[in-house]
Amino acid sequence: MLESLFFLIVAAVAVISSILVITCKNPINSALSLVMTFFCLATFYVMLDAPFMAAIQVIVYAGAIMVLIVFVIMLLNIRTETGRKTTHAILAGSIIGLFVLFQTCYFLTKGTLTGTKGAMDTALVEKVGHVELIGKALYTDFLLPFEITSLLLLVAIIGAVILSKRKI
Amino acid sequence: MFEYVWLIPLFPLIGVVINGLFGKSIKNEKIIGGIGSLMVFGSFLVACSILFRLLSLPSEERLYELNVFTWIQSGTFKADIGFLIDPLSALMIMVVTGVGFLIHLYSIGYMHGEEGFYRYFTYLNLFTFSMLLLVLGNNLLLMFVGWEGVGLCSYLLIGYYFHKKSAGDAGKKAFVMNRVGDFGFLLGVFTLFWFLGQNYNIWTINFVELSKASHLLPVGGIVTIITLCFFLGATGKSAQIPLYTWLPDAMEGPTPVSALIHAATMVTAGVYMIGRMNFIFIKAPETMLVIACIGAATAIFAATIGTAQNDIKRVLAYSTVSQLGFMFLAMGVGAFAAGVFHLMTHAFFKACLFLGSGSVIHSMHHALHHAHSHDDPQDMRHMGGLKSKMPITFITFLVSTIAIAGIPGFSGFFSKDEILWQAFANPYHGSLNYVLWGIGAVAAGFTAFYMFRLVFMTFFGECRITPKAKDHLHESPFVITLPLMVLGFLAVVGGYVGIPKVIGEVFGGIPNLFEHYLEPVFRISEEFAKEHVQVTAHHSAALEWGLMGTSVLIAVVGISIAYALYIVSPSIPAKFTAAFPGLHRAVYNKWYIDELYDLLFVNPCKALGRFLWKGFDVVIVDGIVNGVAKVTMGFSGVLRHVQSGFVHNYALTMALGMVVIVGFYLFR
Amino acid sequence: MLALNNYLIISAILFSIGTIGVLVRRNAIVIFMCVEMMLNAVNLTFIAFSKYLGNIDGQIFVFFVMTVAAAEAAVGLALMIAFFKNRESIDVEDINVMKW
Repeated sequence: MLESLFFLIVAAVAVISSILVITCKNPINSALSLVMTFFCLATFYVMLDAPFMAAIQVIVYAGAIMVLIVFVIMLLNIRTETGRKTTHAILAGSIIGLFVLFQTCYFLTKGTLTGTKGAMDTALVEKVGHVELIGKALYTDFLLPFEITSLLLLVAIIGAVILSKRKI
Repeated sequence: MFEYVWLIPLFPLIGVVINGLFGKSIKNEKIIGGIGSLMVFGSFLVACSILFRLLSLPSEERLYELNVFTWIQSGTFKADIGFLIDPLSALMIMVVTGVGFLIHLYSIGYMHGEEGFYRYFTYLNLFTFSMLLLVLGNNLLLMFVGWEGVGLCSYLLIGYYFHKKSAGDAGKKAFVMNRVGDFGFLLGVFTLFWFLGQNYNIWTINFVELSKASHLLPVGGIVTIITLCFFLGATGKSAQIPLYTWLPDAMEGPTPVSALIHAATMVTAGVYMIGRMNFIFIKAPETMLVIACIGAATAIFAATIGTAQNDIKRVLAYSTVSQLGFMFLAMGVGAFAAGVFHLMTHAFFKACLFLGSGSVIHSMHHALHHAHSHDDPQDMRHMGGLKSKMPITFITFLVSTIAIAGIPGFSGFFSKDEILWQAFANPYHGSLNYVLWGIGAVAAGFTAFYMFRLVFMTFFGECRITPKAKDHLHESPFVITLPLMVLGFLAVVGGYVGIPKVIGEVFGGIPNLFEHYLEPVFRISEEFAKEHVQVTAHHSAALEWGLMGTSVLIAVVGISIAYALYIVSPSIPAKFTAAFPGLHRAVYNKWYIDELYDLLFVNPCKALGRFLWKGFDVVIVDGIVNGVAKVTMGFSGVLRHVQSGFVHNYALTMALGMVVIVGFYLFR
Repeated sequence: MLALNNYLIISAILFSIGTIGVLVRRNAIVIFMCVEMMLNAVNLTFIAFSKYLGNIDGQIFVFFVMTVAAAEAAVGLALMIAFFKNRESIDVEDINVMKW
């Protein structure tokens, strides 16, 4: 019961802050609302027995990516949106978004969870430790994708440098 | 030895590749000409060894087929790249490579300094290759490839001086007229293939298999149609009525080309083709009659035109047409061996005549060039008295002229007389034989007349060239005179391989070697003729002697008239033309046949073309095309607005598409 | 323990809001943030399934998604800076060279 209440509060905060992300005129406000949303998600991760993921959610998203975004906003000195109103675009976008929501929820009511149940449960996570579980999976079964990820990041770094250089 | 037959067409092909690809950068005329000539000489050596090998075999075994690979295989249709060696093709490759080599050699001297020297030798080698393919091919389709190839080379070489409009037009004319003939040839192939396959389940175009199946063919009927189609092809290639007018125009090409293609080899392809298919032609008496009549008509018709031409090469061109007419007359009366014999001797003396005229033109051209005169170097009215200036050319030319006129002892006599005798004595055409013989004899008389007119106007009498140019006239270089001497020699002795029977008997029973040699090729026809044709009358040897004497007499009369008109009293021809202006004009203008064709075929075609262009193409075809374009443009003008260029709209559309697809899978 | 659907519905709501944001806003940076939000919504789904199926693999996927998001952030923001240098704006309606 207590868990449900907590969940509801966090969910409400997440939804409200996410709505603020898309409604705020000032991008800085949007960015801060998004940070709020990310914190709510991190909370959910803790509730789902994934404390390490919660930690990196805060560190990587809130700490790194969002800082980068805010930096760019400030660097470019972007103010509120100006120019013509695009009500028909807002209307169309909202309708499509609601359709997406409707379809997803419809699917949730119809669908059932299949698949075999794995060995991981709360007890195991508490006994072994979440970081160790993730680490073991990442450095054994998923070693190759993990290494490829580093390549992806390298490419992204080079791309970012080249794109933002004044003269190549 | 026979298995090396593929080398014969390969050598000229190598020459084509070398000269065609690298000739422009080689530049050195001696190397280019040397390669071209050597390749043909290589083929000639192989051809010689094949001929000797063939002669060493008994006559029944003189047949060899080499299938190199299967070219087309489609259902019941099969065509090989394969070569057939029998006495006929062995003879033809000897003529093609032998005369061809001499003319290649001659060309080195004649074409010296011409622009595009390498191009000339490339075409000439390509021609040799195609011609060898034509005569060696063991099936109709491969023969057709060669047939088309020689047509192409003929076109290319006639239009060799392509900056001259008349040369380009002449090339086009030759090509288009040959197309008409090729159309007939192809129809013949199709019909023959279909007919044999449908009725006897023999699906073949191979000559050996066809000859084995020929006994199944009915006499007349569809075989007449097939053979008429083939004969149409022959008239196109061999310049017979009604498709002969391209050959005189083809003289726009270089003179050695006229000698090789338009006298010695290509134009005889029609004769060769009928000889090759003799077992089918013999089954169509109506076609044989048509061939004989057209041959005789062409012989006399072209001979009359030849009497009034002033261009030295045009006289020879009409002479060629006329002589080809003799060959077809021989084919039409069933004297295949005689026709092929005349083909061979004609190749010798006519090539020699053309090369001789080339030598004269070459010399005239240089002399006129030095004198800065713009007279036509080919016009006989500017020549005269050349015999002392150019002795070798004169002697070889005279010898060949005597040969073509049919004076006993020279090659032309043996072959032409054999044809005339066969025209008289053959068992196929009944009383029409006398007419055929008469026309042939008169045509022979005309031949003697205009050929000696040519000789007298060119080599005898007063030199009519400007005195300044006269000093520059000189004999041609050795590379030109050597082929002349060889061909002149052959023009004399070439006939002795086929001495007629009656003469042979006088000299102790010398057999007609040539006829005997070709006998295996025409055996089927001979047997058919023995079985099915009633020999109406047996002709005595005395009659043959009489006819022979008559034809010689006619030839002598022709020569005498020429002597009287052009040596004794040169004023008579002018008086004669003044007396009969209409006749002279008609003959001089080639009986207005070109104009008639223009009126009947060319102009209607042009009018139809113009109508199709202005009426059909512009209005209907372009209308449809433009209409389609306009409709598309209209639609796209409307649909263009979808492409707003705003990223938002694209994102929206993408999301909408996602929703629709997911919705389709959720709610279906 | 809460039912799985609770998390999934929250995830769906966040995803839809992200979609609306992408479609409605014209500021490129806000659009970019909305994309990040959509990715996070999906991450939540992954972790929820990981928990309810007792399988760690879902969380590994979240790990990779985060890597991709980081790379995307780097490149995307660089693009925006480059675009801003050219146009003095990051309004997507100014990206209209494709219109002829």
